[in-house]
Amino acid sequence: MITLNVNGKDVQVDVAPDTPLLWVLRDTLQLGGTKYGCGTAVCGACTVHLDGEAIRSCITPVSTVHGKKVSTIEATTDGSDPVGAAVHAAWVKHDVVQCGYCQSGQIMSATAFLKSLPRGKQPSATEIDSAMAGNICRCGTYVRIRAAVADAAQTLA
Amino acid sequence: MLPNIDYSEMPRALQHLMLREQSDAEVATFSRRQFLKLAGSVGLTLGAFPHLASAQTNAADPASSSLKPTQQPLAFVHIAASGEVTVTINRLDFGQGVLTALPMILAEELDADWGLVRSQHGSNDPAYVDPMFGIHLTGGSNSVKNSFVQYRELGARARAMLLGAAAARWKVDVSALHTQAGMVLGPDGRKASYGELAEAAMAQPVPDTVVLKDAKDFRIIGHPTTRLDARVKSSGQQVFGIDVQLPGQLTAVVAHPPVFGARLASVDDSAALAIKGVKAVLRIPVDRGGEGVAVVAEGYWPAKQGRDVLKLAWSTAAVEKVDSERMLTQYRELAARPGPRRFDADMAPLASAPHRLEAEFVFPYLAHAPMEPLNCTVRLADGLAELWVGTQCPGLDGAAAARVLGLKPEQVKMHVQMTGGGFGRRFVSTSDYVLEACEIAKAARAVGLNVPVRLLWSREDDIKGGYYRPMHLHRAHIGFDAQGNVLAWDHVIVGQSITAGSVFEQFQVKNGIDGTATEGMRDPYPLPMRLTVHHPKLNVPVLWWRSVGSTHTAYVMETLLDDIARATQQDPVAYRMRLFGDRHPRHRAALQLAVDKSGYGKKNLPSGQAWGVAVHESFDSVVAYVVEASVQQGSPVLHRVTAGVHCNLVVNPRTVEAQVQGAALMGLSMCLPGAAITLKDGVVEQSNFGDFMVPRITDMPLFEVHVVPSAEPPTGMGEPGLPPLAPAFANAIARLTGKSLRQLPFDTRLSGS
Repeated sequence: MITLNVNGKDVQVDVAPDTPLLWVLRDTLQLGGTKYGCGTAVCGACTVHLDGEAIRSCITPVSTVHGKKVSTIEATTDGSDPVGAAVHAAWVKHDVVQCGYCQSGQIMSATAFLKSLPRGKQPSATEIDSAMAGNICRCGTYVRIRAAVADAAQTLA
Repeated sequence: MLPNIDYSEMPRALQHLMLREQSDAEVATFSRRQFLKLAGSVGLTLGAFPHLASAQTNAADPASSSLKPTQQPLAFVHIAASGEVTVTINRLDFGQGVLTALPMILAEELDADWGLVRSQHGSNDPAYVDPMFGIHLTGGSNSVKNSFVQYRELGARARAMLLGAAAARWKVDVSALHTQAGMVLGPDGRKASYGELAEAAMAQPVPDTVVLKDAKDFRIIGHPTTRLDARVKSSGQQVFGIDVQLPGQLTAVVAHPPVFGARLASVDDSAALAIKGVKAVLRIPVDRGGEGVAVVAEGYWPAKQGRDVLKLAWSTAAVEKVDSERMLTQYRELAARPGPRRFDADMAPLASAPHRLEAEFVFPYLAHAPMEPLNCTVRLADGLAELWVGTQCPGLDGAAAARVLGLKPEQVKMHVQMTGGGFGRRFVSTSDYVLEACEIAKAARAVGLNVPVRLLWSREDDIKGGYYRPMHLHRAHIGFDAQGNVLAWDHVIVGQSITAGSVFEQFQVKNGIDGTATEGMRDPYPLPMRLTVHHPKLNVPVLWWRSVGSTHTAYVMETLLDDIARATQQDPVAYRMRLFGDRHPRHRAALQLAVDKSGYGKKNLPSGQAWGVAVHESFDSVVAYVVEASVQQGSPVLHRVTAGVHCNLVVNPRTVEAQVQGAALMGLSMCLPGAAITLKDGVVEQSNFGDFMVPRITDMPLFEVHVVPSAEPPTGMGEPGLPPLAPAFANAIARLTGKSLRQLPFDTRLSGS
């Protein structure tokens, strides 16, 4: 049994210690919002927060997250997290999604990025691009992602 | 993704193929009374039992209506007592926004309250065929184009039934009633919501004919509308095919043959079976006569771990082992030989032309690589199979599943799932991954695993698993005069046919030439072109890829015309306008709009940047791009794109903008490093996004989309944004370097500034 803290709750899972966090979230804990895209940390679809930092859950063995706090898209956009709520609202306002499959990861990266900024700081276009460069969107929603991240930053200022 | 189909032939031939064993027995066994009871219990709907839609004709007198299942409002619109309107779409939404656009069209004529409109996917029920093609199909940018009138009429019919119910309730003539935002309004201030009237409306006759609104009265169509799925997709709540969870469900990961079609020589599964959670290791037939080994386990990770420790020996002696480099040599040899001609013209002027241009283009194989890896969940019971899958062709896949499972087509229920991209990959005539899932479920059941099984491809399976945009070689020999008038254009295309050997061959291949390989060539330019085509057969599965033939033909045409304009010192916009003349007003309008909005010819670009122009029609829509690009450290860089679009009437402007930007990014993906699938000794050399690379946000140019106003019936918008992007980019780079880019992806060791 491995104990981990997901979205504020301690849970115990009976899986091999090398199982990536992604598959524990998806297959064991039924938290399907975190997506599998590549399994090699190059597409960003599986992004979650580990102690507030954006990580790729597809290459993170579940045994390494013991004692740390895991946050997923489900909790980040449920209204309890003001930054997550601002990002979610901006995503809807700008009608960002197309197929939507990568968007959980996009939103988790955007939220971690905005949280990392000094309070009130408005990110430049270049800063937004480099913060979001690890997340692939095959549908090409990048123009609206840029607008939504900038808009969320303004909301939070 | 299925252009140029002969509408009159398609339905008959394909229905014959797919529905040959279908009977109406199940439909007939339901009495009308049973049906009404079932349907009435959930309001104005047949959505809960959509296969009955084919039996439902006219509620008052079923025999009197000549309406087809595709015209029956009850299969498409459900109005709950709460007033919530749920519209069922006859398509797959894999990002293109038809889960919003089709409901907008229906809601317009229904006079629904848009705030109460929801939408859902359909199934392989006959009601949900494309009304033009007669088969279940999402492709060819046809969703709005082919269902525009259909969904308007569905909404108008449902509205008429609601009006009929209100007239009966108030005992007034229908002519005294009107509707507004989900309410029927009557004399003396009487009003009733659609929700209140829904059940009574069920008993009203379905009118055979309806009068549709005048476009000037549209209050939903044409208005920028946020997608109905924007909220759930921005909160991790959207359920995709990969997220389907059925009780007891297991996950299968498959060891696919390293060379397409290879079979197994030996299997040692002892290490796999020792992994905790692995339930079975199954040897199964896979696509192209090959074999594979499925590891079925409690979740993806143990299944993948099991797959990775299988000790397999493959027998590849009997299958062709393709090598991309060798192929290119063969293609060049083929290009020099005579072959069937798509167009013909007198080539004598070539020899005496004042200017001549010879060019060779090479396009690699490309993977679709949708973000959601391919998956399909199968649940088997006696005499019934249910499949949960994001498919562009649930009828074709369902019929194929029935054949593999020994069932009748109507015994296979297809639950069409929200899908994380596709770009053509989820419409395969062999139903490759769907049949793989069925084979696994069948084999699992045979060993006593009587549970639903989800097949999930890894990203490596996806990149290596075939069905690529084919590799192509183009050769052109053009003679022209000092004014840029083309005197003769001798052109050769070499590439695999994407429809040869498939059910679509009979529609697409004429005189040995696959129409999908030549679409986009020559027209609309008045050029004396001789076009020869060779379709070699190779052991590499190929498929349409967003915008199909135009992925390469638009590039060739638009860069060569630019070369001619440059060689004759002509402005590339003026040159194209002269060729369009007054015969192609939509091309002119789209290009002029892009020119006007971009500042082309007026605005001074920063030093080191150049303009690039291209325009192309595909799927009945015209897209023109004016771009600004530069070369940085040897690599082409795209800075800004201004689009001029002519797609006739726009249903949802927000979606059109998104589709243009998305298709353009896919066009850009063809240009950037890493955009190639190559084979060595039969094995695909790429495996994941690390070596088959797709654009990131840092590659995305600034982007504006402008649409030419029009009230004509809408044309396709899912694909037409793709073809002109790469040539517009290439034309800008050629203006900087003086050298045309004729190999994709682009060279990143360019000189010049």
